[in-house]
Amino acid sequence: MTTPTAPDAMYRNDEGLGIWEHRGKVAAVGVGHAPTARRWDGRAETCVGALSIQALRRAVDDAGVAPDQIDGLVVVPSTTTGSFWEEGKPLPLDVIRSFRQTQDPLDGIAKLSAEWLLQNMPELTNVRFTMYGPGCMSNALNVAAQAVGDGLTHTCLVVKSWHNFEGRYYQGGDNAGETLPGTAAITRLWGGPASYGTALQFAEYCRKYGKSHEMMAPFMENSRRNGLLFPEGYWAQHRPEELGPEDYLASRWIAKPANLFDNDIPIMMSGAYLFTTAERAKDMRQKPVYILNHASSNTRPRSLVPTLDEVEADTARSARKIYEGAGITADDLSFENMYDGFSLFHQFHLEGLGYRGIRFGEALDFYQTDISIEGPNPVSPSGGNVGGGRSRVWMHTDCIQQLQGRAGARQVTGVRPEVAVSGGPMPLAGNFTVWSASPD
Amino acid sequence: MSKQGVVPDSFSQPFWDAASEQRLVIQNCRACDRLQHPPAEACSQCGAGDSLEWKPVSGRGTIYNYGVVHDCPVRLLQEDQPFNLAVIMLDDDPGIQMYSHLPGTPVDDVPVGAAVEVIFEPTANGQLVPEWRVIGD
Ligand SMILES: [Zn+2]
Repeated sequence: MTTPTAPDAMYRNDEGLGIWEHRGKVAAVGVGHAPTARRWDGRAETCVGALSIQALRRAVDDAGVAPDQIDGLVVVPSTTTGSFWEEGKPLPLDVIRSFRQTQDPLDGIAKLSAEWLLQNMPELTNVRFTMYGPGCMSNALNVAAQAVGDGLTHTCLVVKSWHNFEGRYYQGGDNAGETLPGTAAITRLWGGPASYGTALQFAEYCRKYGKSHEMMAPFMENSRRNGLLFPEGYWAQHRPEELGPEDYLASRWIAKPANLFDNDIPIMMSGAYLFTTAERAKDMRQKPVYILNHASSNTRPRSLVPTLDEVEADTARSARKIYEGAGITADDLSFENMYDGFSLFHQFHLEGLGYRGIRFGEALDFYQTDISIEGPNPVSPSGGNVGGGRSRVWMHTDCIQQLQGRAGARQVTGVRPEVAVSGGPMPLAGNFTVWSASPD
Repeated sequence: MSKQGVVPDSFSQPFWDAASEQRLVIQNCRACDRLQHPPAEACSQCGAGDSLEWKPVSGRGTIYNYGVVHDCPVRLLQEDQPFNLAVIMLDDDPGIQMYSHLPGTPVDDVPVGAAVEVIFEPTANGQLVPEWRVIGD
């Protein structure tokens, strides 16, 4: 079986598409996470493929579904956090030989194919549909929701995993060299770190609206607090440290105004979900969480770095698509779990959504109010990447668990969990999902 | 600052040849009469590949925005940390941005909105690269 990449037509990129044709007819019924780690320790049991198998099996168990009932698998094939297997570095043969291999010896170690997973999960005997949703879990969720809605698969696993090797990320390859190829050099000679573009947008935002980096502190503290209540997350598992304003504001700059904590920490992780039809979801172990809509943006900036104007136009456009397809308004959101890695763009998503009526330039003031899980206006109850490490997955897991009423110590108590939105990554472009406790 | 050397490839050769002659050229779609940067194989507006040219521009611009890089992924630049990394908007079309280390401008003391002009600086292998300097400095 060769696995195709999801065609563009599976994403809902345009405004004016109306209510999603499968609104309320697709449900998430299982969640699975593998343990996190800062870096791969070189063992077969902890390679990214093994983590993926673990997360997938947990999602299946969580849903209470027999593995032979599963007929679909949507995979994010890239697993890199920015770290790559160095060219010429000896292959980890003992690890490779621990699994059934595909043609690429680094499959399951530095990437993840659907074929590798199926070969190494012999219990999945009836998978007839496989597809790649490249990028983030947010993409893969859109693809899986559409695939189940379209009847391409009825009971479908979705997985996103991350590998992180030794060494500082993005510092290998061309970045370590004396020269750059000419085309790359036109934009890369200046050496901006990954968070540079977001830092620029945040700087422009602060100038335009009279805000400051200090005003991010309550958001960071809240996000870490929520993350520490997320037992599946990196900080909860390995470094149960709060992030108060002093620690946040004293940390070193990466690309000022983005500091170390504004940059999410790269980790090893895998997260998986089980999607099925609303009909079939009824008699599964967990309360179904229904998908009201998925929406995407493929907007590109005019030039090198998206301007604040471009960001605001696109977050507003994404919100219109999100609401239109779900048949809801901002007033219907119980909470939001938009992406936060980098932390300095979470406010763009919030303002685009008009969450709790906030407009452009108002989110940092909103952060100074009660944004906790106990209050009426929860912000990022998952804790996001700030609270859980770089996965781009916590936001989705939290929406599902909150709406099922099983978010544990993280359960929102100031609002009734009925409808939520998650997605990202960047404020310009992204993939979003609207979740609901009820199919209507 | 010592930037990595540049090895022009066939696509980028005209840009670097112009830089060697201390001229700034930007990719332009003749059909749309529209500049684009970074350059690409096709016009991002009309999709045509055969209407693209390298067009000389004035070399004047303004500082649109900046950040200060303290933790750079490029090894050669790490010895110069922290350094300014600004985005210039071209006077020819303010939608077109170019990066600059703003030689001569103190770190984190960047006059956003100030007028700048292009200069050309040697990289590690001698290839000249467009850079920008605040006018009047
Ligand atoms: Zn054109």
